Amino acid sequence: MSSTAMPDAMNAFEIAHAVRTGAVLARTVVMDALERIANQEQDLHCFNVVTEDVALAAADAVDATVARGEDPGPLAGVPVALKDNLCTRGIATTCSSKILEGWIPPYDATVVDRLRRAGAIVVGKTNLDEFAMGSSTENSAFGPSRNPWDHSRVPGGSSGGSAAAVAAGYVPLSLGSDTGGSIRQPASFCGVVGVKPTYGLVSRYGLIAFASSLDQIGPFATTVADAALLLESIGGHDSRDSTSLDGESVAVVDALELGVVGLRVGIIRDFLVDADDSVVSAVNAAAAALAVVGATVDEVAIPELMNGLAAYYLIAPAEASSNLSRYDGVRYGLRVDGPDVAAMNARTRAEGFGAEVKRRIMLGTYVLSAGYYDAYYAQAQRVRTLVAGAFNRAYERFDVLIGPTTPSVAFALGQKTEDPLAMYLSDLFTIPSNLAGHPAMSVPFALGEHGLPIGVQVFAPALKESVMFRVAHAIEAAQQTGCRAPVGLSRSTRS
Amino acid sequence: MAVEFTPEEVTYVAALARLELTEAEVEHYARQLSAVLGHVDAIRALDLTGVEPSSHSFDLVNVLREDVVAPSLDRDEVLRAAPLVESGRFRVPPILGEAP
Amino acid sequence: MTLLTPGWELTVGLEVHCELQTETKLFCSCANAFGEEPNTNVCPVCLGLPGSLPVLNRLAVEYAMRIGIALNCRVEPSIFHRKNYFYPDMPKDYQVSQYDSPINVDGFIELPAGTRVGIERAHLEEDTGKTSHMGGGGRIHDADYSLVDYNRAGVPLVEIVSRPDISSPDDARAYVSELRSILVASGASDGRMEEGSLRVDANVSVRRSGMVELGTRCEVKNMNSLRSLGRAIEYEALRQIGLLESGGRVVQETRHWNENEGRTSSLRSKEEAYDYRYFPEPDLVALSPESEWIDAVRDALPPMPNARRATLGALVLSSDPGLDEHALRDQIATVVDLGLDQLVSEAIGEGADGRLALARCANEAATRPDAARALDPRAFGVLIGLEAGGKISATQSKTVLLEMLDGSGEPLEIVKRLGFEGVDKIHLGAIIDQIIAANPAEWQRFVEGDEKVAQFLFGQVMRETKGNANGKLVAEAFHARKSG
Ligand SMILES: [Mg+2]
Ligand SMILES: [Zn+2]
Repeated sequence: MSSTAMPDAMNAFEIAHAVRTGAVLARTVVMDALERIANQEQDLHCFNVVTEDVALAAADAVDATVARGEDPGPLAGVPVALKDNLCTRGIATTCSSKILEGWIPPYDATVVDRLRRAGAIVVGKTNLDEFAMGSSTENSAFGPSRNPWDHSRVPGGSSGGSAAAVAAGYVPLSLGSDTGGSIRQPASFCGVVGVKPTYGLVSRYGLIAFASSLDQIGPFATTVADAALLLESIGGHDSRDSTSLDGESVAVVDALELGVVGLRVGIIRDFLVDADDSVVSAVNAAAAALAVVGATVDEVAIPELMNGLAAYYLIAPAEASSNLSRYDGVRYGLRVDGPDVAAMNARTRAEGFGAEVKRRIMLGTYVLSAGYYDAYYAQAQRVRTLVAGAFNRAYERFDVLIGPTTPSVAFALGQKTEDPLAMYLSDLFTIPSNLAGHPAMSVPFALGEHGLPIGVQVFAPALKESVMFRVAHAIEAAQQTGCRAPVGLSRSTRS
Repeated sequence: MAVEFTPEEVTYVAALARLELTEAEVEHYARQLSAVLGHVDAIRALDLTGVEPSSHSFDLVNVLREDVVAPSLDRDEVLRAAPLVESGRFRVPPILGEAP
Repeated sequence: MTLLTPGWELTVGLEVHCELQTETKLFCSCANAFGEEPNTNVCPVCLGLPGSLPVLNRLAVEYAMRIGIALNCRVEPSIFHRKNYFYPDMPKDYQVSQYDSPINVDGFIELPAGTRVGIERAHLEEDTGKTSHMGGGGRIHDADYSLVDYNRAGVPLVEIVSRPDISSPDDARAYVSELRSILVASGASDGRMEEGSLRVDANVSVRRSGMVELGTRCEVKNMNSLRSLGRAIEYEALRQIGLLESGGRVVQETRHWNENEGRTSSLRSKEEAYDYRYFPEPDLVALSPESEWIDAVRDALPPMPNARRATLGALVLSSDPGLDEHALRDQIATVVDLGLDQLVSEAIGEGADGRLALARCANEAATRPDAARALDPRAFGVLIGLEAGGKISATQSKTVLLEMLDGSGEPLEIVKRLGFEGVDKIHLGAIIDQIIAANPAEWQRFVEGDEKVAQFLFGQVMRETKGNANGKLVAEAFHARKSG
């Protein structure tokens, strides 16, 4: 191995090891990633911006650190893509919305800070559904991203750009945000690993809010181990986020090798009813695989979870309607002028927000308005209690739960854009974890209709990421050949 | 379920949320939002007596910061982001009413 | 109940917003400072930049608890809500405030005159930025455009909501005055109404005497002194009475007090509904001060004005049990309000006459409260001793005190420098003998008991001594000669 040539098929662990030992230059790794992006980006549109110069400068800094004999950190030289709702100092951050076009944050999100300290190299900001509202990345003001497996299909959303960037082999790691499934659903559609950590494990400081009580940042990776490495680097208490939990990040990397012998796994029966046959088969096969390696498996009914969707589509729009008020044309971003300030606000927001964002703002405004609060919002907050309680009762009998991530494989572009409700239903199985604040992750396991990947979802109690990752690791070991995106940075591309 | 998000309600919430809508948009959103509301409306029928509402998934309390000054942002950087500034301040069209 | 117009009763409830004198803002570490260059004390949090999050200031919470305890409230577990409305001085277009579970509830203030005004709540919230209206004489309605400065955005406020227990403009002023003293005494606020660190809104309604139900109220804003508060309430009450007496009806609305015109006017420029869509602030967690914390705050609170008035009254009375405490009430209130009770107490401790020390503080020292608070109590005691002992007259004592407040030295030095030492008992005797000799007829009438001529003789002595004679000694000397 020379220090200038870029070897094929390296995951994040391998890259960091190679860069730290001087076997390969961070600059080489980053140049290689930029080249792959340049080759495919016209077709896929994963990125809103590729930060070539900044990335190369950061890579050189890592290489200089290595040359000085110092430790550049556990993610040394690893190219990472960031969802474009994470604030980056000096780099435009848009939420894929016209209303923020041209805005350059004067500060870095905590996770961005932590990535840099760990030696990771930010190569760009990825496309999303505007303000993370959507399940297909079609609600981007800058056009949809495409699924690397089939360019006529959506990559899922809202973190579609981050999922596709990993699936396409651009980068081994990326960050997304998950409010109702926005990491796990695109991970499943793109054949990559996607993790929604426990609420409060990863700081939200610098994550542009969609629904504050549900939003959580998490990793995408091609392997469970890489996802674990990234999660360890970004987690842990942050004094700038009042909802950040005390203590260090979870230790998940070392837990992977512990296996699943004796772990009690419950299959959420309620989720199998509304899922496609191939998806149901995948979940059952994953359960069987877990039993083979020593877990005990049983089915469990948790009917309360099915109320999650309705609660979510009240709570999330309510919080969003308030969170998005600040885009008023006064301090930053777009302004469309008007004769008075109220008209200016209303025109700016009419022009700056897309249809889905407006729908959710209006729905949220409605459910919080006088006369409806108790019937809708307060009731939804009770359902949240109900869902968390139901999960916790199940966890008295099981260490983890498993189920499908999505009811089907990736759908076609345009298939659900005219029917908001149909789009909302693709989050049915992911939403309950956000309401409960519990961790969950999607692991590629099988191929379904049209040869598209299917993810299996693993659920765990709050802060039990280590157990969740052990089970995910075991599922990954049994996954169907070819069901996941190419491991790490490979020159061979799919599609 | 027969729940309706009427055009009048769309107009009302659009005004509260400062969104300028055309008449056609009002009709369009009224239809779409009625469909969504119809779906989520089932939640009203759930008997949840005795279930406390929760606004978070955890019980953190008293997260506090010490009263120590940290540097503020550079004013030029702050104002550079603004659509319109004058004399170090953000300029806006006339305000029609006093703050409530 | 005070009757403003015969047959009518006035009901007032006051909402007072008080800025806390913390070093930093409520939810970020920007400086909480007044009068700096616009938009220099701002950060992602207080500018409401996308992605920023609030973290609550511990000292602001502690100040809020101090205020609550000083107002006899219960300190309760609380949460923050978002109050949603669009206004350009509000960076997030919602205000983080407390709604149905505020930190302090259910207290009261005892006014110096003995009236008790209930406190419904005293809650924490963030301040807004400042808007300047350009063109049209700076008035909002005629302005061409406005400019916004967010330095004040996010400054911690405690909003104190009284119950509608106030029934006269005087009581309203007394309430705010007492509240201000409490806020200052607690250390939580500087209490400056003119600088806007104390802002008062009044809910005013009237009803016919004897009616149980309250009348429709109007909220009056923009009073920036105690005087304008009293005037505004009086104007608004009379306006409402006039309306009702002429068969009209009061519309519930917010009205703006115009100091120059001396009237209130409606604020509504167009029909705009406010529907604040309160909901729990998801970026913050619950506040639940442990009882140890609450107790520590209570234990560390200095005595409040009403306790200090009682202490001072008792002390003055103990120095002269014959005094009428009631007659001294205003002087005691003034002295405590200005923070001069310490000075009086210590002077009395040095042996000074209580009534005189109180009077000099409430009158002369009160004109220069800052200087007076810096006075050496021992020196002040010496001055009171000179006056009480007849070494100097009341007029001389006042002059010397003012010199002392200027920092011009010790009382004995000033007395010597101003030549006030001359008129002691011996000199006074000689002068009086001289006056008697020069006015034999008048003296005779005085001896026979004519009180009118006593004034004349007294005046002659004062003229001769240029007002520097001690009145009490002069009277004693005349009577001694009359009976001797
Ligand atoms: Mg208020
Ligand atoms: Zn700030």
